[in-house]
Amino acid sequence: MIIAERKPIDEIKSFIEGKKKVLVVGCRGCVTVCNAGGTKEVGILASLLRLDAQKENRELTVDEHTLERQCDPEYIDELLEFVEKKYDAILSMACSVGPQFLSRRYPKEKVYPSLNTCFIGGALAHGIWSEHCQACGNCVIHNFGGMCPISRCSKSLLNGPCGGSAGGVCEISKEVECIWHLIATKVMEEGRLDDFAPVQPFKDWSSSRDGGPRKIVREELVK
Amino acid sequence: MSEEFEPRIIAFCCQYCAYSAADMAGSMRLQYPSNVEIVLIPCTGRFDVILALKAFESGADGVYVAGCLEGNCHFLDGNIRAKKRVAYLQNEIKAVGLEPERLAMYNLSASQGPRFAEIVKEFSGIISGLGPSPMKKLAA
Repeated sequence: MIIAERKPIDEIKSFIEGKKKVLVVGCRGCVTVCNAGGTKEVGILASLLRLDAQKENRELTVDEHTLERQCDPEYIDELLEFVEKKYDAILSMACSVGPQFLSRRYPKEKVYPSLNTCFIGGALAHGIWSEHCQACGNCVIHNFGGMCPISRCSKSLLNGPCGGSAGGVCEISKEVECIWHLIATKVMEEGRLDDFAPVQPFKDWSSSRDGGPRKIVREELVK
Repeated sequence: MSEEFEPRIIAFCCQYCAYSAADMAGSMRLQYPSNVEIVLIPCTGRFDVILALKAFESGADGVYVAGCLEGNCHFLDGNIRAKKRVAYLQNEIKAVGLEPERLAMYNLSASQGPRFAEIVKEFSGIISGLGPSPMKKLAA
């Protein structure tokens, strides 16, 4: 899923400076699962903004609504009844796709992102997420013991480890595991080191960002 | 002359310890400030930051969560989870200008009626020292 985290409250406050009526919009997709922008987080942000306004004796109405997803036009349409209530600002608590879709659907509205979209990852434990994919568009993890060196090696090396690997951790930080250490260990334990020996050729990056913004069209699904 | 400030305090109390301790304090006829409104929760693990935020929005001057002694939670780690949530929310309310001391976590056992009364006095004293919540201006 897409992992995101809320922007600092001061930055969000700067978005709504001078505004009197604000709508906070959550998303029940990835950001609900990673506890960044679901119904609960919408409630917390809205409450904090109201408290901030109360402290300054400033008039501010903060309404809350959470959409099924903010990356699908059919759900974005549901927001129309709220948009008609004329808000001074809409704070989207989705990944950056959400505020872009809201802005496109409701071009007259001032839409602000309340989250920073961080990476594609998974939950290691409740409350801990780590990057596991870089969306290169050409998955090769089967060549690496089921682990992705593109996203999980600091240098995205296809032929590792490099000299910066020591004691199973990466030279950039003791908090970062060396994925090449894990790959090599797993392959050796499985007795497949010989299969692993060939040098990996250059990766074709044309499916990644090198080809510019990407789009998928599935004709059989298009109406 | 301004009226003497009497803080309004909301206490989220676990039914297995703090709530029972409050009962005991009552049975023992212990005196403690009457400005604490106790909310029974099944475990402090049920405590959610939004509950405290709503309390502050509604005019509470202070909020505290009272759970079992660490290591003695009926549900193993509800009080540890609550402690982390309280610490998280202290940072959040600080960011919007509310003193983090207005939110606290206490631990006590069901047999500590006198400690319950002490906690109420202690927290009430802290909040009295801080004065009314700055969030109350609009309501006033």
